[in-house]
Amino acid sequence: MTNLLTNENPIANRRTDPPLLEVRDLSVTFPQRGGPSVQAVRGISYQVHKGEFLGIVGESGSGKSVSSLALMGLLPSSAEVTGSILFGGRSLLELNDRQLSGIRGREITMIFQDPLSALTPVYTVGDQIAEALLLHDAALSKRAAAARAVELLKIVGIPAPERRARAFPHEFSGGMRQRAMIAMSIANDPLLIIADEPTTALDVTIQAQILEVLEQAKSLTGAAVVLITHDLGVVAGHADRIAVMYAGKLVENGTTDEVFAAPHMPYTIGLLRSVPNMQTAGTQRLVPLEGRPPSLTALPSGCPFAARCPIAVSACLETEPVLLEHAPAAPGVPVAGLGETAHVAACHRAAEIASGALTRPDVFPRPEPLVVEHRERNADTEPVLTVTGLVRHFPLTKGGVFSRQIGTVRAVDGVSFSIQPGQTLGLVGESGCGKSTTILEILEMAKPQAGQILIDGQDVASLNRADLLRLRKDVQIVFQDPMAALDPRLPIGDIIAEPLTVHGVKPADRRARVAELLDLVGLDPEMSDRYPHEFSGGQRQRVGIARALATNPRLVVLDEPVSALDVSIQAGVINLLEDLKEQLNLSYLFVAHDLAIVRQIADTVAVMYLGRIVEYGPVAEVFAHPRHPYTQALISAAPIPDPEIERSRKRVLLEGDLPSPTEQIDGCNFRSRCPLYTLLPPQKRALCESIDPLLALHDTVETACHHVEDSAVLGVAV
Amino acid sequence: MVFYIFRRFVNYFFLSLIATCLAYVVSSLALDPAAKYYGRNPQPTQQTIDNILNGLGVNPDVPVLQRLWDWLVNIVVHGSLGNGVNGVSIGDQIISRAGVSLRLLLIGSLIGAIVGVTLGVWGAVRQYKLSDQAVTYGSYLIFATPTFVIGVLLMIGATALNGAAGMQLITFTGEYSAGLTGSWWDLALDRGIHLLLPTIALVLIGAAGYSRYQRSVMLDVLSADFIRTARAKGRSRNSALVRHGVRVALIPMSTFFAYSFGTLISGSIMLEIVFSFHGMGEFALNAISQSDINAVAGTTLFVAILILFSSTLSEVLYAALDPRVRN
Amino acid sequence: MSLVEETNAELGAPDVLVTPTPLGVGVPSGPPARSRSRGRLIWRRLTQTSRFWVGAIAIGLILIWALLGPLFYPFDALTRDPLNMGLGPTQLHWFGTNSIGQDLYAQTLVGLQKSLVIGLIAGPLGTLIAAVVGSVAGYMGGVVDRVLVWCINLLLVLPSFILLVILSPLFKGLSWVFLTIFIAGFSWMIMAQVVRSQTKSLRDRDFVKAARYMGVPMRKILGRHIIPNVASLLIIDATLGVVAAILAETSLSYFGFGIRAPDVSLGTLLAEGTSAAVTRPWLFVFPAGVLIVTLFAVSLIGDALRDAVDPTSGVNRD
Repeated sequence: MTNLLTNENPIANRRTDPPLLEVRDLSVTFPQRGGPSVQAVRGISYQVHKGEFLGIVGESGSGKSVSSLALMGLLPSSAEVTGSILFGGRSLLELNDRQLSGIRGREITMIFQDPLSALTPVYTVGDQIAEALLLHDAALSKRAAAARAVELLKIVGIPAPERRARAFPHEFSGGMRQRAMIAMSIANDPLLIIADEPTTALDVTIQAQILEVLEQAKSLTGAAVVLITHDLGVVAGHADRIAVMYAGKLVENGTTDEVFAAPHMPYTIGLLRSVPNMQTAGTQRLVPLEGRPPSLTALPSGCPFAARCPIAVSACLETEPVLLEHAPAAPGVPVAGLGETAHVAACHRAAEIASGALTRPDVFPRPEPLVVEHRERNADTEPVLTVTGLVRHFPLTKGGVFSRQIGTVRAVDGVSFSIQPGQTLGLVGESGCGKSTTILEILEMAKPQAGQILIDGQDVASLNRADLLRLRKDVQIVFQDPMAALDPRLPIGDIIAEPLTVHGVKPADRRARVAELLDLVGLDPEMSDRYPHEFSGGQRQRVGIARALATNPRLVVLDEPVSALDVSIQAGVINLLEDLKEQLNLSYLFVAHDLAIVRQIADTVAVMYLGRIVEYGPVAEVFAHPRHPYTQALISAAPIPDPEIERSRKRVLLEGDLPSPTEQIDGCNFRSRCPLYTLLPPQKRALCESIDPLLALHDTVETACHHVEDSAVLGVAV
Repeated sequence: MVFYIFRRFVNYFFLSLIATCLAYVVSSLALDPAAKYYGRNPQPTQQTIDNILNGLGVNPDVPVLQRLWDWLVNIVVHGSLGNGVNGVSIGDQIISRAGVSLRLLLIGSLIGAIVGVTLGVWGAVRQYKLSDQAVTYGSYLIFATPTFVIGVLLMIGATALNGAAGMQLITFTGEYSAGLTGSWWDLALDRGIHLLLPTIALVLIGAAGYSRYQRSVMLDVLSADFIRTARAKGRSRNSALVRHGVRVALIPMSTFFAYSFGTLISGSIMLEIVFSFHGMGEFALNAISQSDINAVAGTTLFVAILILFSSTLSEVLYAALDPRVRN
Repeated sequence: MSLVEETNAELGAPDVLVTPTPLGVGVPSGPPARSRSRGRLIWRRLTQTSRFWVGAIAIGLILIWALLGPLFYPFDALTRDPLNMGLGPTQLHWFGTNSIGQDLYAQTLVGLQKSLVIGLIAGPLGTLIAAVVGSVAGYMGGVVDRVLVWCINLLLVLPSFILLVILSPLFKGLSWVFLTIFIAGFSWMIMAQVVRSQTKSLRDRDFVKAARYMGVPMRKILGRHIIPNVASLLIIDATLGVVAAILAETSLSYFGFGIRAPDVSLGTLLAEGTSAAVTRPWLFVFPAGVLIVTLFAVSLIGDALRDAVDPTSGVNRD
């Protein structure tokens, strides 16, 4: 990884040149039919210099994407844009669509979040890259453009680029599509690349690859990069400067080190403290940042963060603070040129924070853990859930009327684990590894194709309907997307009571139970007759949790319960889950891709790859000493929201994508991507090629790898 | 891809076949071909009536499935659809009339599709502007008007126009002016003028449906991410809409084409009757009123074959437009 | 992306969670709580559109007119006025008379009543069939789904007008009620396909999965979760189904396959009026005008409904 920041001179020199991009007082307003207009961006100013890497961080709705689309002139025509955007001396807002078209794709390019919908489905990837070249170079022949497109695909690391250029977007994986988008964006050697959440839709291993390609693209073209993200971890290792947005305003702007080491704005402090850090996770409670941003149609007169700010004073409610420099030496000095090298923040109390009078724990104190009388954990109690050798294969068929089987999808291919009462098992792996199928099999409570599912010691395959219905009380689920998990047509009281209706609970008892549950998850029981759309994401997830608890289950399956929530909300939900577990002695099966959260909440962790568990053991041990190369790669790909650590970490990048689960791989099925395999001498490789490794106990951890003793050469630890 | 389309064709083939058989059974049960002979004066003997009915293969005393089987065997072995109550071969009658119907149907639906798609794209791009509103209300007005009313109103309008002009500018009864002699060109022109009003009516119906559907598909495409990508690459708005937007928005239209074709067939049949064309519409009308089972079955077979071909064509279009279904 | 989504997210309600605020400052909690249900939201959007009001007022007036009109008019539909045969509109006979002296205004009102009744029964009936077939096929999947889809496709092969014409001898001697049922019976297929595909996607939604994992039986899931979530589609379909049913009835009657004497509908009136349409246009134009205005008004309501239900309508989306 290039280490731009420690090598300070080039940046400092560049900063004396006139900026490449200068945004001044940019505002974007969307008028609404029959209602107040949405003030998406409210007077933001910043600069980007040549070759600089700026990270714009903010939650959904903070205006970070809208402001970048305004740069490109790609907002809907109904949007009202004011202020000025100077790019290379031209004022972009004064140009018409045709003039802007000459700049877009040549000097400023953009990479979008969802690479599937961002590529036109009916043209080949090669043609779409060639299009970007042909649009800006009339002299270029079609053939030369096609050849250059192949070359670009090669640069961004797509194997067999000649063949891939002729493929359509749907034939690409998510990671490859994003690579193709990057290829498109660097086609004309741009001066500025705007990347709008480029890795949000991708798995953590693929995210690491894409960020690597983006860095490469940057160094290849010398372009400045504006990376828009909600993930502090992503910018920590890559950005030179960070701009934090909140409710359409820039609230803090400084170098990455300044913002991470000494944030001046309470919102930034809250964000940084609420994000679980994979290194420290599990040792202390998370710091919640409660509430949600104000509605952009009805902004309060004062600071928009005041409602959520623990240190708000009366001035905060009256006037909105402006961006000022609050260096410890000279607090409150107005900044001469906006967006210069200064570290600026918009907070009435930033001076106190900068001077150290208010420390970060003062602003967002860490909540005390819930005190529950210690329960005796009986070692030989029966597990709540035992899964042994679970198999779920799907036939892959082709054709409709005369269908024939052309393969087998080995979604779950012999998975075994168990969960003790009061314990949490974290199930991690990339999407497509079989996590979801595993929990679906458990929840369907049907006879598995092979293997056994025991719930409370009872084999689900042997139970009749009535017994199964009774058993369903004990196992409940919380889904990933709280909006999708709640029927929008029912008031939340009915939603929470639904599991009770199945078991014939009387209406009066149901109402009482709903009130009790709402109270338990930290919601006001008065709200039971409201509809889901009236709640924020975090609150909806609390409703989902309340529903899962209605029948007093013993096991709750948590399917990525916080990954659809904004970062600031996640901590509150995680803390609630931890408290409930203690209070009610619940067991969790926690499915997640975010390793920091798994480390925070789980007692045991199982790492899945291609339908198998490849590593299984106590969470502390697995994270401290990952033995399987895949676990090592996962851990090393997960970004850590700390620039110093990010820059010095050793990374193990996985090659390529998850192979298709239809593929029949001889020997170890991780071999095709294994970073260790490539380092092994041939005689050791032979073992990987011929024999499928089984889980074997190493100390307290079970690992499915032939060469555990060699895995230290990769040198990954958190 | 060829295999995919072939499979779809086989699927439609069986559907059409079964639908035709069902139509045969239903019309055999619903129609009473013997009735009109009993009404004759002098009434023919039972023997005579039975002979006639047996000759046509429509004797209600023979089980209907047996008759269906005979009918199918007759088609496969002799390529014959049987005779009508007037004793003339159904196949010959259909062949002599099919051209009239197909000409109207194909010209009308083709122009209707082109006009409709154009208006739909235009309306979507100019959403909520006056021109879009005009197209929208116009298409709702057409939806609210029965096909035959459109036809008759066009006739009333043409009569008024002829009256105002003081001469026969537009002639509209029948397919051609009876007894007209002249060069090949004069005859073709005469037919063209006769075809004008029903074609306009059919184009209006088709364009109303296509434009609504194309507009809504296009609106979805307008907000699609790939349009933004194309603009981010340096395409101007209009060029991105045409090169990327319209191209993608045409994909669902191929399916809509198959759906709407049935409506257009009904519409064109109605228009033929209104404009006194001697086409399949009149044939079907007579068949029902004369309880001619073979003619009804022949008509359904004709329609089913049209549907079979239009559905297959729409699959071909779909596969040609969308690379995602090709393999 | 989701510019629309992102901006829509801003329109949500304020967080009701109590945030600890030291210093005890009362915090303004944003805009007042929003309307309670989606239904009310749709209603509000609906009543904001002028199309809805034009359509609703027009159809309201037409209904009142069809019901009460005959009471305030001296002629009935059958009585002949031998002194005024084949006359154009006059002060006495508002829409004129036909060749045997029957009053066209009175006849139009009677025909309108019949057409409206048929439309108002057949449209919603077709929607009901579509809702049941579509949701069952989509929810159950597997063999049931395949069989139902196959049946739908089979019915779709032949245009429903032609099917109704073929079937017309069956209801020849029966009352108009059977015609209504037949029309409903051949107008549900496309909507059933729409409901089916919606159900299939709803079925994979987490709240339906949650209900299934709780052990809620299928009948209740359909009634509680699936049907309410496609209700807006169904309402639109029922509205436009009224238009389609009246169109089907008038077309069938026009060509002699639908309503028969002594019943009168707009279709039979138009059939009678056509032969003289060019010479005595009022015989055709008046009933046709009433029919078109009625159907246009209902279409406007349907379109306004569709717009109100679509969350992205009204937003400029380019």
